Amino acid sequence: MLEIRNLHKNFGPLVAVDDVSFTVARGEVLGFLGPNGAGKSTTMKMITGFLAPDRGTAVICGHDIADAPLAAKRSFGYLPEGAPAYPDMTVADFLRFVARIRGLRGQDAVARIDHIVELVHLNEVYEQRIDTLSKGFRRRVGVAQALIHDPPVIILDEPTDGLDPNQKYEMRGILAGMQAEKAIIISTHLLEEVEAVCSRAIIIARGRILADGTPGELAARSRFHNAVRLEIDPANEQRIRADLAALPDIAAIETVNDGRALVVMPRDHQPITAGIAELAEGRHWHIGGFSVERGRLDDVFRAITEPPGEHQVIELAN
Amino acid sequence: MIRNTLTICRRELGGYFATPLAYVFIVIFLVLAGVLTFFVGNFFERGQADLQPFFTFHPWLYLVMVPAVAMRLWAEERKTGTIELFLTLPIRLGEAVVGKFLAAWIFIGIALALTFPFWLTVLFLGKPDNGVILASYIGSWLMAGAILAIGAAVSAATKNQVIAFVVTASLVFVLIAAGTQTVTGIFEGWAPEALIHAVAAASLFGHFTAITRGVLDLRDLFYFISIMVAFLAANAVIVDLTKAA
Repeated sequence: MLEIRNLHKNFGPLVAVDDVSFTVARGEVLGFLGPNGAGKSTTMKMITGFLAPDRGTAVICGHDIADAPLAAKRSFGYLPEGAPAYPDMTVADFLRFVARIRGLRGQDAVARIDHIVELVHLNEVYEQRIDTLSKGFRRRVGVAQALIHDPPVIILDEPTDGLDPNQKYEMRGILAGMQAEKAIIISTHLLEEVEAVCSRAIIIARGRILADGTPGELAARSRFHNAVRLEIDPANEQRIRADLAALPDIAAIETVNDGRALVVMPRDHQPITAGIAELAEGRHWHIGGFSVERGRLDDVFRAITEPPGEHQVIELAN
Repeated sequence: MIRNTLTICRRELGGYFATPLAYVFIVIFLVLAGVLTFFVGNFFERGQADLQPFFTFHPWLYLVMVPAVAMRLWAEERKTGTIELFLTLPIRLGEAVVGKFLAAWIFIGIALALTFPFWLTVLFLGKPDNGVILASYIGSWLMAGAILAIGAAVSAATKNQVIAFVVTASLVFVLIAAGTQTVTGIFEGWAPEALIHAVAAASLFGHFTAITRGVLDLRDLFYFISIMVAFLAANAVIVDLTKAA
């Protein structure tokens, strides 16, 4: 439904977006991830026709944004960076305006606006001016206008920024509820969001796509993938370490949480769970807990996006 | 085409009246018009039942008031970031430019129409030539539109409303002053006749004064309309070039 072809954009000497291509199909929620200034917003501005690319194009539901901008723009709903909305207007007037421009008239418009206001919970501020709203409500007004015409493609630049944890949870629920019918792109720098709502994630840094896969696949690239965490008594640490050293596929053992836990890293992401379990049984370790890591997105994110040569710090969770 | 333009126009016009801005503007506009007419124009002392002293000062009134309306047209949209929302809606750039312009022009038209007590006054005092007055009102509104189009194009080039105001007012000042005796006097005596005529012909002042004499000449109408068209086209180009900057 959405096809991005070789987008490229320079701002003076700065390469903002460098040959970015990907497609998003119906039913997919694509998480667009990257550090600040990576080119996420610039890419979205080019997809939506706000910014003309130096090279490449975007095709939305078969309409090229450069050749058929009106048809392309009708096919998507867009929440720009920072959720801009006219501060002097009430939520009601603003949504009516967007609905009108989107070609909704009369009863259709009323029904759609009612539905969206209900969906993103804007009832209590419906007659309020937008400049009096909190950041969370403004963000929701921005999402509401993007959804008002029930578009097949939804492009949201940081839809949960400024929302509190409950509102974030709600917003993710809304996106998940629409997923089956739509192709959705959200940009975010929240990794938990990618794990919670995205069926696929693209990591972009310095204008280039560095990784593209399901959150699970990306997490599997983490050095923690298949690592085993053992909750232990600090007194037994040396004994357990000595026992573990005998196993073949172990790359490293790290002590965390003041000696109360060990994280055993496998060599080449090999599954090491069975070996450790057997060992624990045979040597009668006293273990308070035993868990297998699927991998950590933040770890992968940092490893991928940090420029080579720069100091890489990978924190361990306690 | 028309439908989107009108939707945009209506939203914009609603925006003026959503804040005190519209009311402050209209009050100041009327007070200034009154002061210029009665104190500077010697409305009563002239002893003539016409609105000449009222219309004479319109170029100078607009020099201050119209750039104040025009400055926010695009600059504010860029500053608040709503331009990205606005221009990614399924509308043509022309619809956006004309819709915004039309709203501002209608707004100034409302302020202008509210000067009708001046007309009532002369109507009460004597037998004015209503044809001349109607022509003058039309000419005045056209002149406001021309100035507004210039201001809209300037507003599209900046995020800063103060800059938009100062630049527009300066441009308009040059355009008005070009037709006054002071400026044509500088050229007289040494410059070729054709140049003097060209400078005077480019002036808002000359064309407006011609209309206030009661003659709605096609050339004067053409002048104002071509300024509007030219600057609205420039407006669209500028928006397209600078929208994302």
